[in-house]
Amino acid sequence: MIPAFLAICFFVILTIPFVGVKYKGILVYLAIVVNAGLTGYLAIQALTGLPFETIFPGSTVTGAIALRLDALSAWFILIINFIFITGGFYGFFYMKAYQNQSKNLSLHGIAFLLLYSALISLTVIQNGMVFLIAWEIMALSAFVGVIFEHEKMATVKAGFNYLIQSHVSILFLMLGFMWAAYKTGSYDFQVLSNYTTGEKGAATVILFTTFFVGFAFKAGFVPFHTWLPYAHPAAPAHISGIMSGVMIKIGIFGILRMMLVIKPDFAIIGYIILVVSVISGLYGVMLAIVQHNLKRLLAYHSIENIGIIGMGIGLGSIGLGTGNLVLATLGFAAALLHVWNHALFKSLLFFTAGNVYQATHTLNIEQLGGLIKKMPQTAFLFLIAAIAISGLPPFNGFISEFILYSGLYHWLLDARLLSLVAIVFAILGLVMIGGLAMLCFTKAFGVVFLGNARQAFKHEVHEVSFQQLIPLYLIVFFIVAIGFFPGFFLKLLIEPVSLLAGNSGVAGIFEINTMQTMQQISWAAWGFIVLISVIFIVRKLVSRKRTIAVEPTWGCGYVKPTANMQYTASSFIRSYTKLFKPLLLSYKKEKNIQGIFPADGFFESHPYDKLEKWLIDTPIMEFKSFMSRFIFLQNGRLQFYILYGIIFIISIISIPIVYDMFIHLIGYFKQL
Amino acid sequence: MLSFILILIAGAFFTGIIIRTKSIASGRKGPGILQPINDVVRLFKKGAVYSRTTSFIFQMAPTIYFSSVVMAMMLIPFGQSKGLISFNGDFVFFAYVLALGKFFSIISAMDTGSSFEGMGASRESLYSLLAEPAFFILMGSFALLTGYTSFQEMFAALHLGSYISYAIAILATFVLVMIAMIENSRMPIDDPKTHLELTMIHEVMILDNSGFDLGLILSAGYLKFALYGAIIVNLFIGMVPYPYAIPLFFIIQFLLAIIIGLIESFIARFRMSHNPQFIFALTSVSLLIFFGVLLVLGKFI
Repeated sequence: MIPAFLAICFFVILTIPFVGVKYKGILVYLAIVVNAGLTGYLAIQALTGLPFETIFPGSTVTGAIALRLDALSAWFILIINFIFITGGFYGFFYMKAYQNQSKNLSLHGIAFLLLYSALISLTVIQNGMVFLIAWEIMALSAFVGVIFEHEKMATVKAGFNYLIQSHVSILFLMLGFMWAAYKTGSYDFQVLSNYTTGEKGAATVILFTTFFVGFAFKAGFVPFHTWLPYAHPAAPAHISGIMSGVMIKIGIFGILRMMLVIKPDFAIIGYIILVVSVISGLYGVMLAIVQHNLKRLLAYHSIENIGIIGMGIGLGSIGLGTGNLVLATLGFAAALLHVWNHALFKSLLFFTAGNVYQATHTLNIEQLGGLIKKMPQTAFLFLIAAIAISGLPPFNGFISEFILYSGLYHWLLDARLLSLVAIVFAILGLVMIGGLAMLCFTKAFGVVFLGNARQAFKHEVHEVSFQQLIPLYLIVFFIVAIGFFPGFFLKLLIEPVSLLAGNSGVAGIFEINTMQTMQQISWAAWGFIVLISVIFIVRKLVSRKRTIAVEPTWGCGYVKPTANMQYTASSFIRSYTKLFKPLLLSYKKEKNIQGIFPADGFFESHPYDKLEKWLIDTPIMEFKSFMSRFIFLQNGRLQFYILYGIIFIISIISIPIVYDMFIHLIGYFKQL
Repeated sequence: MLSFILILIAGAFFTGIIIRTKSIASGRKGPGILQPINDVVRLFKKGAVYSRTTSFIFQMAPTIYFSSVVMAMMLIPFGQSKGLISFNGDFVFFAYVLALGKFFSIISAMDTGSSFEGMGASRESLYSLLAEPAFFILMGSFALLTGYTSFQEMFAALHLGSYISYAIAILATFVLVMIAMIENSRMPIDDPKTHLELTMIHEVMILDNSGFDLGLILSAGYLKFALYGAIIVNLFIGMVPYPYAIPLFFIIQFLLAIIIGLIESFIARFRMSHNPQFIFALTSVSLLIFFGVLLVLGKFI
């Protein structure tokens, strides 16, 4: 299987540059489908309790390379496969607009395939060194994917921002693996695991925290999130969908994997993750609301959802630490299910945002409006995803949030004072996240798709081709299916959750605790749909004979309303921004209208990230101003540069000598 | 099932009693108690006017809004008898299904492209999000107090014994009444009788609804009052047998309607900018309840 997987990758990567521009996409897509079939087969076996393991001899540098596909890897592999199959199909049609950039498309195709292979490999490789190499391949191929439209300055900037931050992430991972290799003499995860089983206390917590920070960069936990809102809007829609849907999840995977390997003090780790996650969730959605760029808004929502996933992991970990198996089960189940749920609705949202971009060539929601009449299918798909991401029933987002709530309320029943504070904090956080997400998506959907067009476009705005919508409908199918048959999908989770909880009692807990409730929720969801249909039919029957008139919107007596009089996105959230002002940052430019014959006035506002300003911009500025003191050294004269070279060489030679002399001197004094 | 029917009956009278109380308080005779129902019936018989700007969202939204309230009603128990649907954590479903209804009422307001309705939608979404935490903390307190996480089990196990538990019940009633007022956009938050679109919240969102749809929205509002009333009733009836519990249900609902009528008669609407503080203060009240429960359980070390 593995040689076949690699052979397909290599063969396709080598042939893409030489085939015609029409076939590049098909070739890449075929490779992904075949590889998805191969890995999917293994993954499904692992989910039914047959993990797969193989060990390559490797080299002297890396040591033996172990590939282990357990239930946790399997869960992530299936998600990656699904999103790449739908995203690849969508991307194939999305990229048709760029047919004339043949070379660029080749590179993009290669990067796309490499990203897929790297993500799949990361879930199975259990050797620190090789893991880092695969990680680097993933980071670089995603970078190439992001900068597809590299003629735009903003895109390249966003790409570099991402590249730098993902290397900071690699730095932390490298530190972690080096420390592990130093202690154990091997890069193998199994060896590390054996080592840490005996080791308790601060060492494992610090090692885990190092890995956590590294993976948190990729996942986008606050305050390591600042690359996300740049990279996602810059990338083509299918890349943003995949990045947000699965690539950031590999960070989550890493955290879960390291939890299994290192087995740190779960209670402490759990509290840390819980607090970081609640803050991520709240901060992400708070900033999402103020964004004007649709994809940027979605990117901030990814941070929010990573927060929700993290809350699940935190709860699970605390459950493990305190021996509360039900809490552990519910927490991990919520986290894993939400990983998939978020992959579904977030990729769908990015794809629909891509449709909007293709139709209108803008993502600024203040310029959009009324698209539901031009693009009814896209609007419908966006609406489903918006309801799902707000965590509202009867769709999938509700299911995972519900499990999270069940976990929290279950924990409440046997909590002490400290944990009670944590629970109240988490419940408040989760509720606020839900409410704010609703505010955000009523804004996004309402402003982009409803009302009248805020701006006339020179070109005609129309729905994208039906083929391009097929994968989107497939995603919707799963969003709805999870909402209506949650029990079926939860059964798939038994193996991975048992693995994480390290206990086979999980299946029993599922059976007693969750399945019955899920059955009821499923009934409730069906009942809700039946109720809506019945009332809708009654409404149709009753109003059939009545006179139905179509008139302009009631303008409170004003008869010449224009599209500019509509509530804009900024005005919709104005009371919110006033309320949350201390936490938000916005740069404004305005010129008021004054005088009897006023000149043109204007108002611009650019939302910005306060944490980004504090943690990235300010330190960089300080560093720059500090470094600028030494600018006299760079005077452009060759003689000086040679002098610097000589000084450098002399000091390299003399420092050890001086040091020795110093030691000698000290010894001399000691004799006194 | 029992609670469903009782809430339907109570919903029919509730708003009428409020209006009657307000009329009497302001020295008028006022319309009959069934007048709101007559209004809805009349609306059901009427044709409708739709805005040219609207889409299928506007057609669907009132139905979904109404269904969400009916769905929430099904979750409410009555003393020992369960609601139509009952499971662990059903109050989460309760809050979220109501939120779904609100989601649709907000986007249907946005669908008209009217600036007034956008204004109402913006306020509604902000205020409802601020009111939500209070409800969840309140339910968390009950879960902690009783050791159960479904409406029916929680209320059935809720014994009022000590002074602190009475204090808790009274505070909980206060929180629930206020949540009901916010959910229905009533007095301290919003004035349903105001004449100026700029100062409305709920009323301005439904400016363009007419006929059957408006009837649905209005009746959903009536039911919502009875819905929260029923939760409050459940705080007190716990183990009481049906022959006493059913009259008690109507008495408490009746009292509640009168209290709301009096609040509306004697309190002025807050300034729009003061609303968020007030609503969020509810969360602190429910935190107070939470700490009260901790005191009762002796977990406050």
